[in-house]
Amino acid sequence: MHTPPEAVRVLVVIPAYREEKNIGAVVSAVRKHFPYDILVVNDGSPDNTSAAARAAGAAVLDLPCNLGIGGAVQTAFLYARDHGYGAVARIDGDGQHEPQDIGRVLDPILAGSADAAIGSRFLGETQYRGSIPRIFGIGFFRTLVNLFTGYRVTDPTSGFFAINRRLIEFYSNHYPSDYPEVDAYILMHRLKARAVEVPVRMHERWEGKSSITPFRAMYYMVKVTMSFIINCIRRFG
Amino acid sequence: MSRVTLVSICASAGLLVYILEMVRRRRLREEYSILWLFGSVVILVLSLKQDWLISLARAVGIAYPPSFLFLVGILFILLILINFSIAISRLHQMNKKMAQEIALMKRAEEEKNEAGQEPETRSVRSPS
Repeated sequence: MHTPPEAVRVLVVIPAYREEKNIGAVVSAVRKHFPYDILVVNDGSPDNTSAAARAAGAAVLDLPCNLGIGGAVQTAFLYARDHGYGAVARIDGDGQHEPQDIGRVLDPILAGSADAAIGSRFLGETQYRGSIPRIFGIGFFRTLVNLFTGYRVTDPTSGFFAINRRLIEFYSNHYPSDYPEVDAYILMHRLKARAVEVPVRMHERWEGKSSITPFRAMYYMVKVTMSFIINCIRRFG
Repeated sequence: MSRVTLVSICASAGLLVYILEMVRRRRLREEYSILWLFGSVVILVLSLKQDWLISLARAVGIAYPPSFLFLVGILFILLILINFSIAISRLHQMNKKMAQEIALMKRAEEEKNEAGQEPETRSVRSPS
C-alpha cells in the first residue's frame, strides 16, 4: 500500500459514462490498493453508473447532462481545488487503466519532481496492440506535441495521469471540453509545467463498446489539431 | 420598376415588419434582432433607391444591379450565422458551468448530510 506524505491529500478521479458494468470493479480495485479518496464523475449516464459507484464506496459527482470527458474531468478538478487536494490522479472508468499503476503516476507528483505525470502504454513492458489507424493517430499527435511544445511523449492521448495543485488550479479554469489529453500538453507548455511520462499497463475494455467510430476518429484528429494550434496563440487570463 | 425590384421591396418590407413584431411580442430578443433589422433596412433602401443600387453595383463591377442585392443579402445571412455560432458557444459555456455547479452543489449537500450522521466532520468550502 502506498502511504502519501502527511501534507498532500490525494484524490483519485474516475470519469464514467454508461459504465454501470465496470465502474464498481474499478472503484473496488483502487480501494484495495490505495487509501486515497475516490471521486467518480458520472457524466449524465442514463444507466446505473452512479449507484454502482456509490455501492463500491466512491463519492460521486452526478452531472445533470452529458458534458463530454473534458467537462466531466474539469468538474472533478473544481471539486479538488475547493476541497484542498494537493494531487489528483485520473483513471478511466472502463477498466482499461490498471488501477495498481496509480502509484506510478502519483510518485513523481508526491515526490515534487513533476507537475504532471502521464502514464504511457508504450514505455516499459507493453502488451498493448492497437489498430493501424489508432497507431497512426498516436504517431501524428506525438509529432504534433513534440514539434509545438518540445515535450518528448510516447503516448500523447493517454488519459491516465496525475497532476499537482498548480495544475489542478489551472485546469479548474481552463480545460478543453472534449478530447483534452493532447491539448493539455499545450496548456502545460504555456505554463512551463514539468511533465514526465511513466510506464503504465493498459488493458482491453472489460465490458461494453468503446466510443470511437471511424467518423469520430476523423473528427477527433481535426478538432484536436485545430484546438491545439489555437491554444498556442490564445491568451490565458 | 422591374419585377425583381418589386419582389425585393415586398420581401424586405415584410421581413422588417415581421422582425419588429417578433421583438414587440418579446418572441425575439433585441440583441438578436439588430442584424436582421439592419439587413432588411439596407435591402429595402437599395430596392427603393434604384440609382443608389446601380451606382453601387457599378462600383464593385456587377453588371446586373439586382445581383448586388443578392450579394448584400448573402453577406448579411453570413454575418447572422456567425453571430449564431458565437451565441451558441456562449450558451454552451454557460450551460457547462451550470451543470458543473449543480453537480458540485449536490455533492456538497450529500457531504453535509453525511457529516451530520457521523461524528467526524469535514469542512466543505463553497466553490468560489
